[in-house]
Amino acid sequence: MALSRQPAARRIQSDVLGIVRQNAVPLLFLALGLAGVLATGMNPYFLANETINRLARNSFLVLSLLIPVTAGLGLNFGIVLGAMAGQAALIAVTHWRIPGLSGLGLALALCTPLAVGLGWFAGMILNRAKGREMITSMILGFFMNGVYQLVFLFLVGTAIPMRNPAMLLTQGVGLRNTQDLELIRWSLDRLVYWRVSGFSFPVLTLLAGAALCAVLMFLARTKLGQDFRAVGQDMHVAEVAGINVDRTRIIAVIISTTLAAWGQVIFLQNIGTLNTYNSHEQVGMFAIAALLVGGATVARATVANALVGTFLFHLLFIVSPFAGQRLLGQPQVGEYFRVFVAYGVIAVALGLHAWQKRQQVLRALARDKLAAAEVSGD
Amino acid sequence: MRGVTKEFHGNRVLNRVNLDVRPGEIHGLVGENGAGKSTLMNILFGMPVIRETGGFQGEVFLGGQQVHVKSPFEAMSLGVGMVHQEFMLLPGFNVTENIKLNREATRPNLVSRLAGERLRTLDVPPMRADARAAIDRLGLEIDEWLPVAGMPVGHMQFVEIAREIDKTGIRLLVFDEPTAVLTESEAAQMLGALKRLTAAGVGVLLITHRLEEVLEVADRITVLRDGEVVATRAPAETSLEQLAELMVGRKVERGGLPARAREPGPEDRILQVRRLTVQMPGERVRGIDLDVYRGEILGIGGLAGHGKVGIANGIMGLYPATGEISKDGRQLTPGRPREALAAGLAFLSEDRRGVGLLLDESLELNMALTAMQVKGAFLRPNPALPALSLRDERAVRSFAERMIKELDIRCRGPEQVVRRLSGGNQQKVCVARALALEPDLLLVSEPTRGIDVGAKSLVLDLLVRLNRDLGMTIIMTSSELVELQKICDRIALVYGGRLAGILPPEAPAAEFGLTMAGKRKEAS
Repeated sequence: MALSRQPAARRIQSDVLGIVRQNAVPLLFLALGLAGVLATGMNPYFLANETINRLARNSFLVLSLLIPVTAGLGLNFGIVLGAMAGQAALIAVTHWRIPGLSGLGLALALCTPLAVGLGWFAGMILNRAKGREMITSMILGFFMNGVYQLVFLFLVGTAIPMRNPAMLLTQGVGLRNTQDLELIRWSLDRLVYWRVSGFSFPVLTLLAGAALCAVLMFLARTKLGQDFRAVGQDMHVAEVAGINVDRTRIIAVIISTTLAAWGQVIFLQNIGTLNTYNSHEQVGMFAIAALLVGGATVARATVANALVGTFLFHLLFIVSPFAGQRLLGQPQVGEYFRVFVAYGVIAVALGLHAWQKRQQVLRALARDKLAAAEVSGD
Repeated sequence: MRGVTKEFHGNRVLNRVNLDVRPGEIHGLVGENGAGKSTLMNILFGMPVIRETGGFQGEVFLGGQQVHVKSPFEAMSLGVGMVHQEFMLLPGFNVTENIKLNREATRPNLVSRLAGERLRTLDVPPMRADARAAIDRLGLEIDEWLPVAGMPVGHMQFVEIAREIDKTGIRLLVFDEPTAVLTESEAAQMLGALKRLTAAGVGVLLITHRLEEVLEVADRITVLRDGEVVATRAPAETSLEQLAELMVGRKVERGGLPARAREPGPEDRILQVRRLTVQMPGERVRGIDLDVYRGEILGIGGLAGHGKVGIANGIMGLYPATGEISKDGRQLTPGRPREALAAGLAFLSEDRRGVGLLLDESLELNMALTAMQVKGAFLRPNPALPALSLRDERAVRSFAERMIKELDIRCRGPEQVVRRLSGGNQQKVCVARALALEPDLLLVSEPTRGIDVGAKSLVLDLLVRLNRDLGMTIIMTSSELVELQKICDRIALVYGGRLAGILPPEAPAAEFGLTMAGKRKEAS
């Protein structure tokens, strides 16, 4: 009673507090980012262009994480598999020297079946590891990294006949550490490139991200999307209702892996060089960190979380080396800080998730204690 | 269902059961735990577990035609629905989404024409209308757009029923303990809804422990005991007492128990429990006061899910618990197993293989481990570095050999891995481990579960010997009332997480039946 009669000002105050509490993580990172911007006194044009650029090239990868979260698989560290598929396709396209948009298109087409296969494989394995999907997908990423290295370090030039001195190591076996992707560099970014009063927009890349958002929102409104949500909430209930849980989960992983493969191709066409043995390694970590910064949890993630998170995480990425340089005369400190942030965010999010689950049990216990006190008559 | 017989590993759990439900009838099915109710339902629904264990004999007819139900989905398509005891609802979905789960109305769109049915768009208005209609048929005021999370339990139950009646062509609806979690007014509302359903020609099979409920609403009542139908009555021809007696049945012979030097009495309390609540999933304890007297065997009984198993687990601190527990006047902190063990309590868990034993370790290590941890027994003293005291292999071996002889554990020797032992012998290893602690209060949970008949009486005899010869106080939790009646001095019965009454073992069967059904108020 008393609650509803409190003055309007107080109610507004508590509303504001509620909003702040619900969005604590993104707000914290916004504050950190803004503090960094102020501390460095950066050129606003540089900052804005860099942010737009990174938003364009990274959002696709972050968005690829959403469906597994909805389907109850948690954060899919296995998008590394998709990234590897994308890189394999790019290596092939570079070897065949197919330039520009046609090269890019071919890479996208080539990586799709590979990613679907890998996603199916990962989905099968994750179905056998229900309840431990996140750690399993992470280890699966490490394992596939071994296979990837085997193929591109030992089989290329031996089992896979390939003669290309520009790409291979001097002894003719294994790929070089870095591959030049000059042929397809910016093939999407600069196809339509708007420069408006000092700001530049890679229009098609941004559009690709927007299209993906639209597709994800469409999916959410279909029967399949409803099934993802049902399976994500309670596999047992979904199963009893006749939903094929295992199949639904595999579909979720396949979609995620495929989107990640496309995302990695888009990412690398922007970067322009491929770090053959490293580019994919941190894709999962950074994408997941970005999603979590956007306020997502292990059990709930939205398109808005992904976009806001990508923006904030990369704002911090841009700012922190400069802030380190400016404040401590040491860009390395900023570099250290952003790696620290990436892993720290993941650790905090996972810890919070476990803590919240425990809180639910404790609340139920408190309720029973109350009831017990009533029965005992005190 | 005609002449249904089912055996699990040579153990006959259903014996020529006949059961029929007429259209528009509410048929009550009552029976103790293990009477065979769930097995019967599993057969009706074609659960895979029945096929995996060798199928069943007998026939099932639906609407006069014999049917062979091979899966729950087939049962569903035949018009047989089930409202589950535990809720099959998704908390994050709203009422409509739950009612239409996996039967959503959809309409085609551009993508689905190319890529298949699953990409059709959800068509919300008809879903909402269907849900509304189903809720209205139950005579209920629930907003069909409300999320399920945070709803009162009673409403969740109704949503579940609404889902079943929304399925087209429903002919038989099975309710498994629908009112177990409801308040009285909710239960009344729910039973009213049942009557509305039968008025529309649906047959209802109502499985419940609340005898007064079946008497009130059922048209006929079937009592199942030990896998057999002992009676089918109309409510007018029977009474609460008669049903309770039919349910529990057996006359137990007690006798043959050796006498004690000194009979336990209320003046000597060993354990006092006040306002105990335990957060054990499926076996919640919601506030229990209990006194245990030195030298007695106290039984804890009750139906599954009413919290009897939770009591011992709560006292030992294995699940989050609140309340006061004092042993010999000394307070124990709830939720601290080590403290309970140090105070002279020992526990034989109902989850023998999960909590009780290290399955891949040897007999002797299993026996010695807890005592090593808690009391520093079986360790060679190392005054300089107590943390690095070494195991005293010889003491462990001699203890194990003594136990193997005394408890008659059938094994190849103290080094054998516990996993390979039979259930009864594993239980004895647990007992030996508890004995290594030299407890004065032993808590035993379901000591005979999963053990064959011969070994059962051995385990019970062992408990009596521990009590009579070593003067150990024992709290025994068991689903088998007969066992409790055989060896206990007093039997505490729980209902709904609270104490329903404490009865002497020779109390009449009807009284046990009524107390377990929550009908009798605490007398002592």
